[in-house]
Amino acid sequence: MTEFILIIVSAVFINNFVVVQFLGICPFLGVSKDFKSALGMGLAVTFVMTLTCLITYPLYCYVLVPLGIEFMEIIVFIFIIASIVQMIEMVLKKFSPTLYNAMGIYLPLITTNCAVLGVAELVIDGGQMASLLGIAESAMNMGYAVLYGLFAGIGFTVAIVIMSGLREKIARNRINKHLSGFPIAMITACFIAMAFYVFALI
Amino acid sequence: MNKYRKIALDGVITSNPTLKLVLGTCPTLALTTLAMNGIGMGLAVTFVLICSNVIISALRKVIPEQVRIPAFVLIIATFVTIVRLVLDKLLPDIYESLGLYLPLIVVNCIILARAESFASKNNILASACDGLFMGIGFTLALTLMGAVREILGAGSIFGIVLWDFQIGFFSSSAGAFFTYAIFIALFGMSASQISKRRKLKNYSALQAEKHRLAEEAVNNSAEAEQSDACAAKTDNLNGTPRAFGSGTLNDSAAGELKKEA
Repeated sequence: MTEFILIIVSAVFINNFVVVQFLGICPFLGVSKDFKSALGMGLAVTFVMTLTCLITYPLYCYVLVPLGIEFMEIIVFIFIIASIVQMIEMVLKKFSPTLYNAMGIYLPLITTNCAVLGVAELVIDGGQMASLLGIAESAMNMGYAVLYGLFAGIGFTVAIVIMSGLREKIARNRINKHLSGFPIAMITACFIAMAFYVFALI
Repeated sequence: MNKYRKIALDGVITSNPTLKLVLGTCPTLALTTLAMNGIGMGLAVTFVLICSNVIISALRKVIPEQVRIPAFVLIIATFVTIVRLVLDKLLPDIYESLGLYLPLIVVNCIILARAESFASKNNILASACDGLFMGIGFTLALTLMGAVREILGAGSIFGIVLWDFQIGFFSSSAGAFFTYAIFIALFGMSASQISKRRKLKNYSALQAEKHRLAEEAVNNSAEAEQSDACAAKTDNLNGTPRAFGSGTLNDSAAGELKKEA
């Protein structure tokens, strides 16, 4: 149980994907102008990240490593992510057109989201996971990998939703011409990062 | 030659991928704690960018439109794997410090953006140049940001200790966002200043040119008037009798001939 809580706290707050590890900055800055689309993007990314971990982790451990072709990981992973995204798009279009209309435009963007490839690369790196989750390197298994994927995705959603709320407020103010757009979004992100930094002190 | 100059200017300054287009933000924020990391990442991206641009440009007529994105990603992933294996063997220190962000070059927006918007439409040489200069622009921006953050955050530059004064903020993740924001704002500001000055210069040059043209036109018209007047005078002097002599005489002669007939 304590391990479970540790994973949640570590993935969502202490090592937040966006503001601490800088993964998935592009959608974090690009799709955070209003609350609704930010939430949609966050949930879509969470779903894809969980599924990716569920597929890539066993594939790496039980196919690539025994065959001795670990160097193929990047190519294999990016193809799996692209296929997952394509598959979700097809399934959603067929079975839930409303959800497809809400999520549809974000789905193709997820393929090139570094957070997804990042989580796939992270969970297969035993040493890094051990230090992130505080578990022994040999104790790493598929359950941890999928949970980490899920909560890292939730961490992404939390960050992008906070960001969208702040940007909606900022949009009503007058901002210096040179600071408007990306710079002011990044300064906002700077303050979010400071807030998250407190969790690292725990 | 002019075309290549434009490509070079575009890559390094006018559409600098980091400071102007704000692409590939993840490695920019994560790896600029040290100037050395910036150079390492920049060179890795430059290599992948040149190679993928060349291959994509060479295959641009072979790859069907519908499957181009997966094809581009596959080509990019191949070169990233090559860079990873080479760095792991030759420069293990840099490999360690780039860590997770090395495989993430695959999903770096700069490379896919250049493949989509430049390499798939231009010839091999131009694409290679574009890759090189975009890469240089990226490397320069990363190194500069890394240097600023290293000096302020760690009190050193390229690992050489300068003083004992450190501001922890600049080496934290919040400092990364802050430095990047300031860099983009300063870059935009100086770019708009330069373009304003250039416009002013162009404007004054245009005014001078106009003035010169106007003066020339006045001189020309005066000269033309004079020469026209001369020509008219000579015409008046010579023309009328000639016309009288040729036209009227002939006509009257013809009339006389008709009458006779």
